[in-house]
Amino acid sequence: MNILAIDSSGLAASAAVLSDDTVKAEFSVCNKLTHSETLMPMIDEVIKASGLMLSDMDAIAVTEGPGSFTGLRIGSATAKGLAEAIDKPVIGVPTVDALAQNMAGFDGNIVPLMDARRNETYTGIYTFKKDELAILREQCAVPLTDILEDAVQRNERTVFLGDGVRVFEEQIRDYCHIPYTFAPASLRLQRASSVAVLAERYYERGQYKDAAEYSPIYLRVSQAERERAEAERVKEKQDEKPE
Amino acid sequence: MDDVYILGIETSCDETAAAVVRNGREILSNVIYSQIETHTIYGGVVPEIASRKHIEAVVPVVREAISQASMKIEDISAVAVTYGPGLVGPLLVGVSYAKAYAYGCGKPLIGVHHIEGHIAANYLDNKELKPPFMCLIVSGGHTHLVNVKDYGAYEILGRTMDDAAGEAYDKVARAIGLGYPGGPKIDRAAKEGDPEAIAFPRAHVDGDEYDFSFSGLKSAVLNYLNSCEMKGEEINTADVAASFQAAVVDVLVGNSMKAADTYGVRKFAIAGGVASNSALRKAMEDACKERGILFYRPSPILCTDNGAMIASAGYYEYMKGNLAELTLNAVPNLKLSGSV
Repeated sequence: MNILAIDSSGLAASAAVLSDDTVKAEFSVCNKLTHSETLMPMIDEVIKASGLMLSDMDAIAVTEGPGSFTGLRIGSATAKGLAEAIDKPVIGVPTVDALAQNMAGFDGNIVPLMDARRNETYTGIYTFKKDELAILREQCAVPLTDILEDAVQRNERTVFLGDGVRVFEEQIRDYCHIPYTFAPASLRLQRASSVAVLAERYYERGQYKDAAEYSPIYLRVSQAERERAEAERVKEKQDEKPE
Repeated sequence: MDDVYILGIETSCDETAAAVVRNGREILSNVIYSQIETHTIYGGVVPEIASRKHIEAVVPVVREAISQASMKIEDISAVAVTYGPGLVGPLLVGVSYAKAYAYGCGKPLIGVHHIEGHIAANYLDNKELKPPFMCLIVSGGHTHLVNVKDYGAYEILGRTMDDAAGEAYDKVARAIGLGYPGGPKIDRAAKEGDPEAIAFPRAHVDGDEYDFSFSGLKSAVLNYLNSCEMKGEEINTADVAASFQAAVVDVLVGNSMKAADTYGVRKFAIAGGVASNSALRKAMEDACKERGILFYRPSPILCTDNGAMIASAGYYEYMKGNLAELTLNAVPNLKLSGSV
């Protein structure tokens, strides 16, 4: 089977073609250009380099989130457009899972850290059991100390990766009294080939969606919704107070 | 020559819209999914929520547009999409989708300026209208007075220095408790009121005789409401709505006709969301009639953001060979292309 996988959820943008368990072509950039300008030309390049046609693809895979809201929009709108054009489904792969997949073969726990701003990280805890990614803690948006505490308590050899490594490096060093390492630059950020590997398994399990049904997972509501919910909570509290 | 069928996609604000238009003039389908109910509780469009809604709606809306036109994607000549101006998140959804979809279908892609789309709405309802003509574009985000010299060739004569006309409507509507969206609500309330009850100012911008300013008028309305409250006087909402609307319409029509006289135009068109305002339509029509100028306006449905106007404007770009690359980006503050 053939899968075109794309990612634009974070700093890097990436596209890859996976065909019968071979990465035929992969293209990743992290150059501060906007994903809106780079992603489609990259997709065009990997398709050409793979020697296949877009219409040969059985599905379009995309990191479904979390990530930068703008990046998720570009990625999911692009995946939908491609899938709709060739009448094939979309496979959404959780971004943090895809990051963990970069570390396939690592003996210990894998903790991806994405900079989620507002003093939080998009993260999770994973390990590999017989070449299969196993989820110990599902992807979530939490304060850094929350995930570090969890990782330390599990007391396993741990690898950290993701764009959060640079942001949180000092705090990790201060906090972690377990054996840990940081992933090398080549594996640190989202890679479309890892997205494709996971997507292939999802596809075999029937976990894919029609382009119209597919939506990203933001893990967070918009600021307006948050402020509105907060205002309502305050109002409820005031109403509860006795006269 | 073979017929040209353009699929137009528009997502610059809070409407997810798609349409198929034949030869730039004939609407085969025009599907509009409005999010207005979602945004009403916030008193205006929330960009992040709008973007998320566009993501959910874009595929069904485009499918519906093609199917209502009784076409298949193979029959479409090219895909046109709004790439600015507008809200960046919403724009990115349409642009990213259109690029991927056109690429996947092997169709040419056309980037369309949103204002150019509004102007083109007039081509859909008035088959005989051809440039040159003058056009006033008024909406929630834009107030432009434009000389349309040719298809895709514009001279901007005037624009707003602060709030767009539609923005002023929204703010005043909120202040007098009519809620969102302001345009249609003030228009309705004004029908029961006296447009001469309160003398709100008619702002003129120094130097540029065709430019507009609405923030002074908005402040004058707010000041009036404040002083009534201080004096304990009851506010007549209908009178405020009618007097405010009269001031807006006076300035819009005044500047437009001054320019029309100076340039000696024979055709004048209006476009944009506020172009469906009944007072503006009537006043502009009367002023044009007085001068013997032919007056054009799109039907109300084509005044709102829609895909058909993008398809029509896209057709004229397509015929000139103005195609977009895969690097096409959303440009929130895009200038009117082809303007001189």
